[in-house]
Amino acid sequence: MSIFEYNGSALVAMVGKNCFAIASDRRLGVQLQTVATDFQRIYKIHDKLFIGLSGLATDSQTLYQRLVFRHKLYQLREERDMKPETFASLVSAILYEKRFGPYFCQPVIAGLGDEDKPFICTMDSIGAKELAKDFVVAGTASESLYGACESMFKPDMEAEELFETISQALLSSVDRDCLSGWGGHVYLVTPTEVTEKILKGRMD
Amino acid sequence: MSELAGTIPGKGGFSFDLCRRNDMLVSKGLKPPSFLKTGTTIVGLIFQDGVILGADTRATEGPIVADKNCEKIHYMAPNIYCCGAGTAADTEAVTDMVSSQLKLHRYHTGRESRVVTALTLLKSHLFSYQGHVSAALVLGGVDVTGPHLHTIYPHGSTDTLPFATMGSGSLAAMAIFESKYREGLTRDEGVKLVAEAICSGIFNDLGSGSNVDICVITKGKQEYLRNYLLPNPRTYVSEKGYTFSKKTEVLFTKITPLRELVEVIEAGDAMEE
Repeated sequence: MSIFEYNGSALVAMVGKNCFAIASDRRLGVQLQTVATDFQRIYKIHDKLFIGLSGLATDSQTLYQRLVFRHKLYQLREERDMKPETFASLVSAILYEKRFGPYFCQPVIAGLGDEDKPFICTMDSIGAKELAKDFVVAGTASESLYGACESMFKPDMEAEELFETISQALLSSVDRDCLSGWGGHVYLVTPTEVTEKILKGRMD
Repeated sequence: MSELAGTIPGKGGFSFDLCRRNDMLVSKGLKPPSFLKTGTTIVGLIFQDGVILGADTRATEGPIVADKNCEKIHYMAPNIYCCGAGTAADTEAVTDMVSSQLKLHRYHTGRESRVVTALTLLKSHLFSYQGHVSAALVLGGVDVTGPHLHTIYPHGSTDTLPFATMGSGSLAAMAIFESKYREGLTRDEGVKLVAEAICSGIFNDLGSGSNVDICVITKGKQEYLRNYLLPNPRTYVSEKGYTFSKKTEVLFTKITPLRELVEVIEAGDAMEE
């Protein structure tokens, strides 16, 4: 079994018209046994920047703590929040530092940058950035997520439609993966508000 | 306090503190993760006025295409560009690192960077990691001594060539070069030949695909033609798109309005009372 399949996860982020959505599943498992059904994979760095961490849960919690530490230092020194592109470079550098003994995490970063332009990116476990203009996926359900997003995604969707699309893509993909599921957690961010929704899914 | 010191940004370079734990996990039977690779076809050739570099745009993670339009031609200096194949994180990190070192060197010397400088910096870094930093590069540029094209292998060996190909699609691209290359090509002939070589890699090698990127470097000028050719457009997209008649069931909703910047009006007069 791969180290990424120890806990199981599914993460997806999509870009809409001046907004973005990031969604994850809620299961935490120890191989095939489910240990928690309300596990948080998406963390807020600041009001307009979210990071989702898939892979080994212990590494994602440690990595999140290190990133929050670095962001708080940045806020103290620069007296402002970090831009999403800068944050992505920071995460990439922290992951590449451990090139020969990596964190077993794949981050998905989503934020609103200058002039509220949505930014999404994902990385492999050693920090190779993959910037996309439409959607990014990570986790054990990533292969199904690629297929679902590739067919369901349309460019320039409004917030309501984006929420519906990302939820349907997530729920249909985790249905085909044993290691992720138990509902969904979606954050929909527009320039004026952040909407957090918990989805009802199959509990198996 | 010593644990805290480890998290404060240090002098840079690699940190090996998770290696023991990772080896323990592998010995317990867990497979290590696969990294993002750029299967790739990268090429370079020297034409009469300078150098042309070309690359495909597919990034793979095992058998899955992770990125359909990634950038494999990296900036090193205004007159030097480098294409990278191998592990994506390694090619990006090593080219970014050498690009910064070249910039500092330009500030120090006050002169335009030379291609051999970039070459030596790259090969000494790769050799010192004995091939574990898996980056295969095609480096090309034009400096005061003329146009140069080099290939750099992950273990640190280099070649200086008039035309070069690297990556999993290198054989397909080299076949095109070996039959059609000649000295003294014009710019248009060179671009056409590079595009043909990359297309040959895209269509015949499974690790390469999507679009063709080209970079033309001449004395004092460079042109980065991103997505010069798009031979694989998506033609099967349904115009109607997906509409979901049955909405997703939501268990819980929380809406947080984002703080707006509030104008602070001077209330000086009121305070004076």
